[in-house]
Amino acid sequence: MSDPGYKELPKGGLILEGGTAAKYETGDWRSQRPVFIQENCINCSFCWIFCPDSSIIINDGKVSGIDYKHCKGCGICAFECPAKKKAIIMKSEAEIEG
Amino acid sequence: MANIKELTKKNEPLSGGHRACAGCAAPVVVRQALLASDKPVVVGSATGCLEVTTTIFPYTAWNVPFIHNAFENSAANVSGVETAYRALKKRGSFDKEVNFIAFGGDGGTYDIGLQSLSGAMERGHRMLYICYDNGAYMNTGIQRSSATPFGANTTTSPAGKKIPGKTQFKKDLTKIIAAHNVPYVAQASVGYWNDFITKVQKALATDGPSFINVLSPCRLGWGFPPEETMEIARQAVACRIWPLYEVINGTWKITFQPKEVTSPLDWMKKQTRFRHVFQPGNESILQKVEEQVEKEWQELLRQCGQA
Repeated sequence: MSDPGYKELPKGGLILEGGTAAKYETGDWRSQRPVFIQENCINCSFCWIFCPDSSIIINDGKVSGIDYKHCKGCGICAFECPAKKKAIIMKSEAEIEG
Repeated sequence: MANIKELTKKNEPLSGGHRACAGCAAPVVVRQALLASDKPVVVGSATGCLEVTTTIFPYTAWNVPFIHNAFENSAANVSGVETAYRALKKRGSFDKEVNFIAFGGDGGTYDIGLQSLSGAMERGHRMLYICYDNGAYMNTGIQRSSATPFGANTTTSPAGKKIPGKTQFKKDLTKIIAAHNVPYVAQASVGYWNDFITKVQKALATDGPSFINVLSPCRLGWGFPPEETMEIARQAVACRIWPLYEVINGTWKITFQPKEVTSPLDWMKKQTRFRHVFQPGNESILQKVEEQVEKEWQELLRQCGQA
């Protein structure tokens, strides 16, 4: 991501488009990665309603994955998952990446 | 009551990529609050963690119109926008229905923005003010505010040999706003999403000013593991240090009764900001906390006509 110069920026501190923070990838802050296990999911959506980084991807009311570009790995989703066999578990990034 | 399946179909109000800490509750407060609105929303936010982490120029995490204002004037700012909206509507040059929400942290609400909030509430603007209360000036590095609880260690109420953390009790802001006799005032916790969203829906349906004070645990300033943010928010309710209630046109009602009442000391033990109060010699602080929580709970029961 390259930052625009002063000539390209709108005047007066305006930001003309919404949701542009998504261009900044906070996923590289993560040391723990939430891993989604589809077959354990009971579709309660609690992980989604409690995610601070809007990183639980939902399609047609069902969790379909995690946005690793923005997920900071806080672990709230895995902690809040009420399923008996957790549908989201936290794994160390270091172990995954080897 | 909010239906979570219906909520998942809505557009995401806040994008990822904002710079709030991992496990921060403030973006969750925003997401839940904005999902509760069925109309377009205009938002203003006081300076604080929420504002600095979501609107780093030239980027914004907000998918709704957002006004950045100073520390003290979130309520004044949004009340002005609401007035302009009514003027445009009266002239016939605008006909959409819009909700107005002002956000502020506890620093921008309990302390610095109290005057402008009081004014906006008194003037009767059709707006909702949401205070996300994380109990200190977290953005600048954890300085005490009037929302910091008794005994908490902050950089300006440091726990040491002479002074055991903050020596004053937390200001009861929700009651202060209730004393403005506005139509809707509530206290909520981000850990109880349905209770909070229902309160936002009620507030937005109110024809007049409304205020919601929502507990928003700060994993950095309070000192707990980031995944436990929502659990800490729920335990504050269970130990009655943060009861959930609403005041509709002067009628007080407790909206959630914990199944099992715990001790506020159990809640405090989970947070490093209270670590020092459990050391020998500080027993009187623990006793004071328990007495204060019980006193405030009895007072709330009395106001709700249950005592």
